Amino acid sequence: MPLDPMQLEPAFWPFLIATVVKMLVVFTLYMVVVAYSTLAERKVSAWIQDRHGPNRVGPWGLFQVLADGVKNFVKEESMPGDVNKPTFLLAPAIAFTMALTAWAVIPFGAPLPTPWGKVDLIVADAPIGVLYPLAITSLGVYGIVLAGWSSNNKYSLLGGLRASAQMVSYEVAMGLSVVAVLLLMGNVSLPQVVALQAAGGWNVVLLSVAAFVFMVSAFAETNRVPFDMAEAESELIAGYHSEYSAMKFSMFFIAEYANMLTASAMFVTLFLGGWDIPFTDWDTTGPATVAKALATFAIFAAKIGAFMFFFIWIRWTLPRFRYDQLMSLGWKFMLPVALLYIVIVSTGMLLLDVAGVARGSGTYFLAFLGLNVVLMGLLFVILDRGRLISPASSRLERSRVERLRAVAAARSSIAAGEVR
Amino acid sequence: MAINVKVMERPVGEVSYVRATLKGLALTLKHLVDPHRVTIQYPEEKWDLSPRWRGTHRMLTTEDGKAKCVACGLCPTVCPANCIKLVPGEDEVGNRYPLVFEIDEFRCIFCGYCQEVCPEEAIHLGRHYENAEFNRAQFVYDLERLTAQTHPVSTLWDPADPRGE
Repeated sequence: MPLDPMQLEPAFWPFLIATVVKMLVVFTLYMVVVAYSTLAERKVSAWIQDRHGPNRVGPWGLFQVLADGVKNFVKEESMPGDVNKPTFLLAPAIAFTMALTAWAVIPFGAPLPTPWGKVDLIVADAPIGVLYPLAITSLGVYGIVLAGWSSNNKYSLLGGLRASAQMVSYEVAMGLSVVAVLLLMGNVSLPQVVALQAAGGWNVVLLSVAAFVFMVSAFAETNRVPFDMAEAESELIAGYHSEYSAMKFSMFFIAEYANMLTASAMFVTLFLGGWDIPFTDWDTTGPATVAKALATFAIFAAKIGAFMFFFIWIRWTLPRFRYDQLMSLGWKFMLPVALLYIVIVSTGMLLLDVAGVARGSGTYFLAFLGLNVVLMGLLFVILDRGRLISPASSRLERSRVERLRAVAAARSSIAAGEVR
Repeated sequence: MAINVKVMERPVGEVSYVRATLKGLALTLKHLVDPHRVTIQYPEEKWDLSPRWRGTHRMLTTEDGKAKCVACGLCPTVCPANCIKLVPGEDEVGNRYPLVFEIDEFRCIFCGYCQEVCPEEAIHLGRHYENAEFNRAQFVYDLERLTAQTHPVSTLWDPADPRGE
C-alpha cells in the first residue's frame, strides 16, 4: 500500500503554520463560546426562574453579548485612590490568561488530514499532559488573591483570602482524583487518555468516585455556586472584584466563564472520553478523514456544552455553603475519599493483573463497573448521612451535644445574671 | 466549628445532602422545561386594564365638540389634592363654560372624586397609563388637551354591583 501524504506527520514548516492556525482558531472560538456562555447563563437562569431572560437585542437576545461587550469597552474605568496600581492592573490579566492557557493541551477532535500531512487537533501535545492544566489553573488563584489584596478594601481582601484557602484546599482533592485516572490509564498524555477511554470504556463509569470528587473540586476551583465564597454578595459585596469596573471587571467575568470552560474540557477529556463518539469504533479506527475530525469535534463541543449547562443548572439550584462547611467538606471528606479511592483502584488493578485479566478487555470493564457501583452506593448511602455537609445538620455524638448545650446554658445564665 | 452554632438533631432521612440536591435539581429542571411564564412583553403585549382603572383625565365633549363642563366648580372643591384650576366664564346667552380648566397630573392622587361629583359627566379618569413627557410643565393638562384625549374612561364603582358584573 502506498503511503498517503495526508496520513503522515507534517514536516517542520507545515507543523509550525498549522500550530499557529490552531492557536488562532482555538482562541477565537474560545472567546466566542465564553461570551455566549454568559448569555446562556442568563437565559438558563431566567428559564429556571420562569422568566424570559434577555430578548431585546437581536433575535432571542443573541446580540446581547455584543451589546455587553461594547458597554464594557466604553464605560469609565474607575481607579480607587489607594490601590496598589501595578498589581491592581495585573490581577485581571492573570486571572484571564491562566484560564485561557490551560486549553493548550486539551485534544478537541480526531486528526485532520490535509495535503501537507495529518494535523492533530490539539494545540500542544505536551508530554506532561494532564499536569499542565493542573499547574496553570492553580496559578489562576493569584489573579483573585492579588485583586483582593491590591484593592485596599476589607471586603475584597476577605474575598481573596477565602478564594485562596478554598482553591488550595480543593486542588488537593482534585489532584488526587486525577491520580486515580493516571493509575488506570498509565499515561499523563491527554490524547493517550482519550484513546484509552475510546478503547476500554469511559472513566466516568470506570472511576465514578474520582469523577465525582473531580466534579465537586472543579466547582470549587472555578468559584462557582455552591462554592462562590470569594464573591458571596450577601456578605462581601462582590468579594475580590468589588473595586473593579468596566473592562477590568469584565476580564474577571470572562475569566470565570473561561475557567468553567477549561474545567468542563478537563472533565470531558479525563472522564467522558474526550472527543470519542460513544458506541461506535468508526471515529477511532481507520485512516483520518475530514468527516471524522468534524464529527468528533462536534461531539466534544456537545459534551462540553452539556457540562457547562450542568454548571449553570447547579448554580441556580443550590445555596452557598457556610465557610466551615466548605472547609470540612474539602479536608474531611473529599481528601480522605480521594486517597482511599487511589488505594482501592490500585488494589483492584493489582488483583485483576494477578488474575490475568487483560487491560481494556470486557471483563476488566465489568469488574471496575461493579466496584464503582458498590463504592458509589457506599459513598451516598453510608457517608451522606449528615457527614457530607457538616456540622449544622449533622449527627454529632450525643455527649458532645450535651456538652455544647451545657456551655450555652451556662452562658445564658451568666448573661441573665449580668442584666439583673 | 464555632461553639455558638446551633446543633440540631435530625432524623437520618433528612440530613442527606445528595438526596436534597437531586430533589432541588429535579425541581429546577421541571421549571426549565415547563416554565410558567407570567412576564408580559410590554411594548408588544399590554395588560388588560380593569374597567375601574383610574388613570390620567379626559374631558368628554358634546356633539359639537365643546367640553361638557359647565364650570359649576364642584370638582375643584371636592378635589383632595387641590390639583384642578377652574376659571368660569359665561357666554351671551348665559351658558357657563370653563375659561381655564387645568389639571396638574403631578398633584393628582387619582381618587376619582371629580368624576364622581361631576353633574354633567364631563370630567373622567381614563383607563390609560402611558404618560411620559419630556418636561414637568407638560404634566399640567389644559382643557384643549383634556378634550383631545381619546382613551377609554374609567367606570365608577357601583355599590349595588361591587364586582362589576
